[in-house]
Amino acid sequence: MYAQMVKSTGEAVKSREEMTPEERRFQDRIDAGEKIEPKDWMPEGYRKTLIRQIAQHAHSEVVGQLPEGNWITRAPTLERKAILLAKVQDEAGHGLYLYCAAETLGVSRDELTERLLDGSMKYSSIFNYPTLTWADIGAVGWLVDGAAIMNQVPLQRTSFGPYSRAMIRICKEESFHQRQGYDIMLKMARGTEAQRRMAQDALNRFWYPALMMFGPSDKDSVHSAQSMAWKIKINTNDELRQKFVDQTVPQAEYLGLTIPDPDLKFNEETGHYDFTQPDWEEFFQVVSGNGPCNAERLEARRRAWEDGAWVREGLLAHAEKRAARSAAE
Amino acid sequence: MSKEWPLWEIFIRGQHGMSHRHVGSLHAPDAETAILNARDVYTRRREGVSIWVVKSADITASSPSEKGPLFEPSESKAYRHPTFFDIPDEVGAM
Ligand SMILES: [Fe+2]
Ligand SMILES: [Fe+2]
Repeated sequence: MYAQMVKSTGEAVKSREEMTPEERRFQDRIDAGEKIEPKDWMPEGYRKTLIRQIAQHAHSEVVGQLPEGNWITRAPTLERKAILLAKVQDEAGHGLYLYCAAETLGVSRDELTERLLDGSMKYSSIFNYPTLTWADIGAVGWLVDGAAIMNQVPLQRTSFGPYSRAMIRICKEESFHQRQGYDIMLKMARGTEAQRRMAQDALNRFWYPALMMFGPSDKDSVHSAQSMAWKIKINTNDELRQKFVDQTVPQAEYLGLTIPDPDLKFNEETGHYDFTQPDWEEFFQVVSGNGPCNAERLEARRRAWEDGAWVREGLLAHAEKRAARSAAE
Repeated sequence: MSKEWPLWEIFIRGQHGMSHRHVGSLHAPDAETAILNARDVYTRRREGVSIWVVKSADITASSPSEKGPLFEPSESKAYRHPTFFDIPDEVGAM
C-alpha cells in the first residue's frame, strides 16, 4: 500500500502475561477502541512502527505527485488541466497532514525528508512506474487512488489519534481522485479506436503494479501481527487486494476493457474473483531501488529540497529580522 | 545544516457562528505565511471562514498523567446536571 511492508518490532505479539502493567493498560485502551494521543504513554515499538508507517505514507503522497505532475502541462483541455492540478495539490496536502501526524511522535520534518532522500525510508512502489500517455493519468486515478482508498478507509479507525484524523481528512478527498480518473478512462474507452487502445494499454501496464501496492501476502508476518494488535494495520494485505479486485473487475467491464489476466474468473463458491498474483520478484526489485523510475523520482525530490534551501533560509532570516525589529520597538 | 521553520497549530472557523477548531499543524517562517499556507493546506474546499495560527511552542497542555487530579473534582458533582432533579410530570416542561 502507500505504506508497504512496514517493519514492526519483529517480535511475536506479547501475551498478556508477558506484558508489563503499563503495556497491559495500553493494550486494554486499544482493545476498548480508545484513541492514543501523542502525550500518552506508549511502547517504544508502537512509536517507532508508527513513525515508519506514517512517514512512508507521507513520502508516498509527496512522491506520488511526480508521475501525475508529468502531465499537468500537457493535459488535453484547460478543464482537465485544472482538475489534475487540484488533484495533485490534494496529494501535497495529504503529505502535509501525514507529516504533521508523524511529528507528534517526536521526529522532525527535516529528519523525515532527509531519510527519504538518503533512501533509509521508502515510498510506495507504484510511483516508480512512468506515466507514458494521458490514459495513464486516468488509470492512476482509477486504480492507484482506488487501491489507496481500500487501505485508507479502514485506517480511519486506527488507534493513534493524529493518524486517524489525518486519514479521515484524506478519505474525504480521495473519492474525487478516483472518480476523475475513471472519468478520463470512460472518455478514452469510448473515444476513437486509438484512444481506446491507449486506455487498454494503460490498464495493461498499471494492473499488476496496482495489485503490488497492497504488498506481498502477510498472513504469516510477525510485523503485521503486531501492527494489527496495535490497530495500526486493520486488514491483511490479501484481504485488501481481494476487495480491490472484486470492486475493480466490474468497473473494467463497464469500460469495455480487458484486465490483463487470462486466469481471472469469478468463483461462485467463494463469491470472489480468482486472479493471478503479480510478479513479486519485480516488486522486490522495485522496492530495492531498481524500478523504471526510482532514480528519477529521488533525484526530483533531492533537487526540490536542495534548490529550495535558499528560500527556506531566506524567509526564516527575514522573519527573524522582523521579529527582532518589532521586539525593539 | 539550516534551521527548521517553526511549527504552527492551525485553528479554523468552519462556519459563521461556530468556534475555531484545531485541524492540524504546518511549518512556516512567520505567522502571515502560516495563514497563507493554512489556507492552501486546510481550506481547499471552502472549509473555513477564518483562520487562527498559534506557534506550537506557545501552547501549554495539561499532562495525561494528571488527568485524574485535574478532572476528578467534576465527577462527583452529578447535581450540576439537570437530570439530577426529579420534577413531577404535572409541573410541565422545565
Ligand atoms: Fe492521497
Ligand atoms: Fe489521491
